[in-house]
Amino acid sequence: MRGLFERRETWLAAAIVALVALVSTRFAGFAHPSNLVLVFNDTSLLIILALGQMAVILTRSIDLSMASNLCFTGMAVAMLNAAAPEVPVPLLILLALAIGLALGALNGLLVWKLGIPAIVVTLGTLTIYRGATFVLSGGAWVNADQMSPAFIGFQRAQILGLPVLSWTAVLVVALFLLMTRTALGRSIYAVGVNPTASVYAGIDVGRTKFIAFCISGLAAGLAGYLWISRYVIASVEVANGFELNIIAACVIGGISIAGGIGSVAGAVLGALFLGIIASALPVAGISPFWQMAISGGAIILAVLLNARGERRRGRIILKKAEAT
Amino acid sequence: MSEAVNTTASRRMPDRLDRPVVAAILSWEALLIAVALAIFVANSLASPYFLDAWALSDLTFSFTEKGLIALAMALLIISGEIDLSVAAIIALASTLMGLALQSGVGTPGLVLIGIGAGLACGAFNGFLVTGLGLPSIVVTIGTMSLFRGIAFIILGDRAYTGYPSGFAFFGQGYVWWVVSFELVLFLAAALVYGFLLHRTTFGRRIFAIGNNPVAAQYSGVRVGRIKFILFCLTGLMAGIAAVLITSRLGSTRPSIAQGYELEVITMVVLGGVAILGGAGSIPGVVLAALIMGLVTFGLGLLNVPGIVMSIFIGLLLIVVIALPIVWRRIAGKPAG
Repeated sequence: MRGLFERRETWLAAAIVALVALVSTRFAGFAHPSNLVLVFNDTSLLIILALGQMAVILTRSIDLSMASNLCFTGMAVAMLNAAAPEVPVPLLILLALAIGLALGALNGLLVWKLGIPAIVVTLGTLTIYRGATFVLSGGAWVNADQMSPAFIGFQRAQILGLPVLSWTAVLVVALFLLMTRTALGRSIYAVGVNPTASVYAGIDVGRTKFIAFCISGLAAGLAGYLWISRYVIASVEVANGFELNIIAACVIGGISIAGGIGSVAGAVLGALFLGIIASALPVAGISPFWQMAISGGAIILAVLLNARGERRRGRIILKKAEAT
Repeated sequence: MSEAVNTTASRRMPDRLDRPVVAAILSWEALLIAVALAIFVANSLASPYFLDAWALSDLTFSFTEKGLIALAMALLIISGEIDLSVAAIIALASTLMGLALQSGVGTPGLVLIGIGAGLACGAFNGFLVTGLGLPSIVVTIGTMSLFRGIAFIILGDRAYTGYPSGFAFFGQGYVWWVVSFELVLFLAAALVYGFLLHRTTFGRRIFAIGNNPVAAQYSGVRVGRIKFILFCLTGLMAGIAAVLITSRLGSTRPSIAQGYELEVITMVVLGGVAILGGAGSIPGVVLAALIMGLVTFGLGLLNVPGIVMSIFIGLLLIVVIALPIVWRRIAGKPAG
């Protein structure tokens, strides 16, 4: 029981409940299950992306190119759908996953084989992938009327009261929960906690980072299709700057940028926190212009709490081992 | 990583390692000069409008503002920290200048407010990182949203215009013939930062911190204080850049300078500064600023859209970093 109260996920969940309660005092319908389902559905994309980012951050890397990957993948499947509406949606989703995986693998290869720091590689591919979207589309948009009804409708279908989009997020969360319990998941954590010790334990650090980038690429590719079919517009501007929201969700969720620390529940709660703020502001009658400053403040507060939590846990022994 | 370490000369401990001619030719700066020359020649061949005094003068405007920030950012990254909030600082400083303009502040006051706001934002970042011991990459992602968010709260979707005519000099004025005020300021700042980094104890301490902060601390370097000063300097340069951009555009919107932080960091990394700290040079950063200016301006003359230019910048960043690694591997030397 005491362990539960020391966990940051508990406090974050409490903060989210308090936030929902606070908004409910201004607008009673906000806490109604039907509205919470809507909020969850709105946050599904951020949850999927934050989990992908988490895999990379855990290995002491960072993927700044996720939003650009999403933009490129979304444009590619939207253009294919506009040109050939008869291609079934499941095939398009597989294609989106494949493109996302390829772009993520390219990041991973540069980090693994050439040893370029992840922040440099993904800073480069952030602009390259978005630029490539422009080259691919010639600057044109794919509008709602060019997309097939199946393309738009797939994620809106209701199963047991939840749209497919929400179920996809639930499925991704389940997959990540499973993954953290596999040898791969453990090695992702190990590489972040102590790369040197990981080598001695027989883990290929570079290859693990490569796999983490493949995972973030897959997440970005999946989100690419879902984003485009949700907002029914594909353009070069899609998800511009969203890479920082993804990282913000991870940071608020207690995932340490220094690697090795973080949980699936944390990433999900971090994304939900941002999602609830985004949907609460208009309801509470606060100008949407406040949203950016509020999430900025939330990030700083979260880092402050993270740092205190990590200090208390006393990982000094590991730090010493690294220094030598 | 660009300097070949001469082990035979290390018997007596020299202040500076000898750099043989071969090492100088193979240095990062030499590579950048070659790249800059190649792009310059390619530009002159590709467009008949390129080799013109006024065109070349316009070219300088495409890198001076970001270059000014890159100078301070280079020092900050060498010390092992990073500041992603510089573009947001520009937005906030510019918004505060616009706010002051509304209440009738004149040109000197506007400049002071812009630079002062930048300095204050930098000090805030510095306090969070050094005072509270938080990781800079996350802190500045947070302040990036916070600073630009405040600009959005103040301005919303409106814009400030109507800056006084005297104010226009900073971003649009020329000191002599085609030599703009911005260019002179950039070159002067480059000299100051070059001197600071390469010729003072303060500069040596920055390298020491970047290479090993713990060892630096034990040898009496006040790591926290120096990092705090570097954050302040980066904020200050962002404030100066805010004055220049606001003066050049003659208006303020909260979305001003969007995405500049990534271009500034690209400049610094392209300039040979190790992103993990401990190595880098100001001449390298100045050359990288020039290269990025040459690429964007040259492609602009060919009517290449900005978004396609960004592909070239991204490729340039990765290729220039990857080439020496690949070359070293082919040459059979151990990497790193």
